[in-house]
Amino acid sequence: MAQFLFGRALQSLLLLWLVSMIGFAVLHLTPGGPLSQFALVPGMTQARLAEIAHEMGLDRSLPVQYWEWASRLLTGDWGRSYRDQSPVLDVIGSHLFATLELMATAILIAVLLGVWIGVMGAVRRYSFADMLATVGAMVALSIPTFWFGLVVIYIFSVRLQWLPAGNMYTVGDGSLLDFLHHLIAPALVLALVEVAVWSRYMRASMIDVINQDYIRTARAKGLPEKRVLIRHALRNALLPMITLAGLELPTLLGGALVTETVFTWPGMGRLFLDSLGYRDYPVVMGILMVSALLVLLGNLLADILCAVADPRIRLD
Amino acid sequence: MTDAPILEVRDLAVTFRGEGGAVTVVNDVSFSVRRGETLALVGESGSGKSVTSLAVLRLLPPAPRCTIAGSVRFIGHDGRSRELLQLDPEAMRAVRGDEISMIFQEPMTSLNPVHRIGDQIAEAVTYHRGLGRKQALARAEELLELVGIPEPRRRLAAYPHHLSGGMRQRVMIAMALACDPSLLIADEPTTALDVTVQAGIIDLLKSLQAKTGMAIIFVTHNLGVVAEIADSVMVMYAGRIVERGDSVGLLQRPRMPYTQGLLRSVPRIDRLDFGGGVLPAIPGSVPDPGRLPPGCSFHPRCGHARPGACDAAVPALEEADGRVVRCLRWREIEAAGA
Amino acid sequence: MTATAADPTVETARRTGNRGWRRFRRHRLAMIGVACILLLVLACVAGPWLLPFDDLRIDMRARFAPPLTGWHLFGTDPLGRDLCARLLMAGRISLSVAFAAMVISTIVGSAVGVVAGYYGRAVGAVLMRLVDAMLCFPAVFLLLTLAALLKPDPITITLIIAATSWMEVARVVESQIRTLRERDFTLAAEMMGASDARIMVDELLRNAIGPIVVAATLTVARAILMEAYISFLGYGIQPPTASWGNMLNNAQQYLTSAPWLALVPGIAITLAVTSFNFIGDGLRDALDARLES
Repeated sequence: MAQFLFGRALQSLLLLWLVSMIGFAVLHLTPGGPLSQFALVPGMTQARLAEIAHEMGLDRSLPVQYWEWASRLLTGDWGRSYRDQSPVLDVIGSHLFATLELMATAILIAVLLGVWIGVMGAVRRYSFADMLATVGAMVALSIPTFWFGLVVIYIFSVRLQWLPAGNMYTVGDGSLLDFLHHLIAPALVLALVEVAVWSRYMRASMIDVINQDYIRTARAKGLPEKRVLIRHALRNALLPMITLAGLELPTLLGGALVTETVFTWPGMGRLFLDSLGYRDYPVVMGILMVSALLVLLGNLLADILCAVADPRIRLD
Repeated sequence: MTDAPILEVRDLAVTFRGEGGAVTVVNDVSFSVRRGETLALVGESGSGKSVTSLAVLRLLPPAPRCTIAGSVRFIGHDGRSRELLQLDPEAMRAVRGDEISMIFQEPMTSLNPVHRIGDQIAEAVTYHRGLGRKQALARAEELLELVGIPEPRRRLAAYPHHLSGGMRQRVMIAMALACDPSLLIADEPTTALDVTVQAGIIDLLKSLQAKTGMAIIFVTHNLGVVAEIADSVMVMYAGRIVERGDSVGLLQRPRMPYTQGLLRSVPRIDRLDFGGGVLPAIPGSVPDPGRLPPGCSFHPRCGHARPGACDAAVPALEEADGRVVRCLRWREIEAAGA
Repeated sequence: MTATAADPTVETARRTGNRGWRRFRRHRLAMIGVACILLLVLACVAGPWLLPFDDLRIDMRARFAPPLTGWHLFGTDPLGRDLCARLLMAGRISLSVAFAAMVISTIVGSAVGVVAGYYGRAVGAVLMRLVDAMLCFPAVFLLLTLAALLKPDPITITLIIAATSWMEVARVVESQIRTLRERDFTLAAEMMGASDARIMVDELLRNAIGPIVVAATLTVARAILMEAYISFLGYGIQPPTASWGNMLNNAQQYLTSAPWLALVPGIAITLAVTSFNFIGDGLRDALDARLES
């Protein structure tokens, strides 16, 4: 396993480097160039910017610029927000947790529902319920998340008045119940696409596993079908799902951005849009990099979990 | 060997229903197995031998996809005879792994890769005998020792991918023996193994049989193995029995042309003819169960087929001196060949 | 008595091709998808001429009319413009952007995939890591950033959607090519001295067409969604040009008073994307069947 982890860690480092280069390339498109992140005052003139650039020795070659930029990032200096001069990392940090809460809840819902629907579909292949689930999943994948959010708001907040139409807390009330009350709609909306994806992959994985020889052996041992399905089949069918979780992270983050917008949830996604609107490029770039880093870390974590869960990898 | 057969199969027929219609892959199969006896089920791929063995334990897909007709009577530990095909699922599960066990062809994929060996063996004991975990694992260790796995205690914690093919097959046997079954069905257990490893497994089965007195149904296409292990042999072709009888007699003087062909096509070290002769193979190929030739299913490939008779109707099984043949011309062939 | 086996190769090839098409036709959902797309495209292309109202015609007396008011099939918007006409005109933009993005990303993705799969080793590894790195960035984030930094005209939008969609195609193509690389016909071509480029295009790509088509179909579906997302957020197609996405942007503030403004474009998007997804699924099934035989 150590060998496996070492290999994965190396790969992640390589990816990290490539990701940073892509980020750097995008940064070049911003007015003021890559180092405008570190320039202090918004509304700065071109002349002053050129001065700063020269001061930082940064009208030099690309690799030097990249090196300067990357080393600053590594030391935690991600520049300052144009809006209020606060450090970019602090700004992002204060919004990150809200996004993570939303994503975690959505993942939880998606996994529970997705696994259940997928297993049911695999065990009762081609039954009406299975067909319904399959078609339903396809449609769910095709619904724009933000539109679904609007529909949910319309039905549950406007018409039925059961749920609040946005935000994380009601003013004056900070209780857990209030929080949950506000969380449920955006979490469900975000989870929609994920439930669809998970159920389809789970179904396929389960069907694949059920056809394996060792399931036939388990049945030949006279074990009850439920035990065969859960302890033998499911245990194996869930393994690829860990990798799937990692692969779905970008989609989840993107969905979170959109969901936060529609539900005015104070997370990183909404911060991103706000900053974009204000042309606060340091924050925008910061969030872009943070999201890529989250994906990278998430995939690495998924790989580690895979190694832990699958004895074939673990003990080699 | 005691008298009453512990397994008696009568008129077994298995039909699969698919998109293309219904196909009967096993037809008119009857045989019995006595305590301590080894019956070899012989045939090429597509003969229906594996399906027959799976049908005994009802490990085939449920109706309507697959239907089993006929009778499978089994005498269990309690001495009572039961009709297996009529048992409800719960009762059938009680039989599986306990009174009748089965081992399969692919040891590499027949064990669950994410569970330890010890747990997989202990599972059968836990479920059928209600033993606690510690006791079940102790029994598992006993069984590993019985099947000849070195350092059994250490191996309990091993995962299947740590073991070689031969060792895994031994583990499968240990798992099958966990509850002292009176009948073991072995579906081509040595086909996927190296020749040297094969010998070890066969010896193991023979010694286990001597020790426990269990009956064995050994499904194979390898006649060499049959000679080593079987007391009686049943040859299948295109879903039907074409010959059945005691192994010595059948292998020395087969009556059905198909059996004769099979025996002739086995390379034999004492008949080596370096560069000289041609290994006689049976011409043609096994028919598709959905499109069987009329009459005797073997007639298109048979050197003795007589048009008008062999392609008219399926020959019935004829009984003579304890052996059974499905061939119209076997007496003539025997007389001419002898 | 010898039974002769008929020469299977030619006949099997023809039969499996037919079988593939038959399977696709039998896949009812895929056929419904095809029908829907054809109808949508037809409606968007020809519809505006057949409708009684021009999409730009402002009629302040008929503003906020709910669906089925008079001749307004889907109602009118805050400026009294017929929603159905606007929907179809917007559809032209959304669908063409998505389709164009698909073409570009399929070409780029296939090129990258074929090169990576053919050369393998270092070249392949580097290219695929690059693909992985691109995939680390959530598409929406990257799209929005690029859209905000560059001009938001339909061409640019198409290019940046393509820039975030080619990776999936590359992955599919690369894995296909990797398997095809080892097949006999590739080795035969190499031995005959065919150039690398020729092998890549003639032999490998031609045989990878199936998965490429599937990936392309799914890319269109995704592209429609991506355009909708960024236009909804205000960084995509800019008004006065209508797209399904920016129609939803306008509709947001009238959710309580005129919900149909949001419902109609959303349903259109869902319909189009679902149809393409079904088609892609059906194609994939048909392909699997072909490969099996």
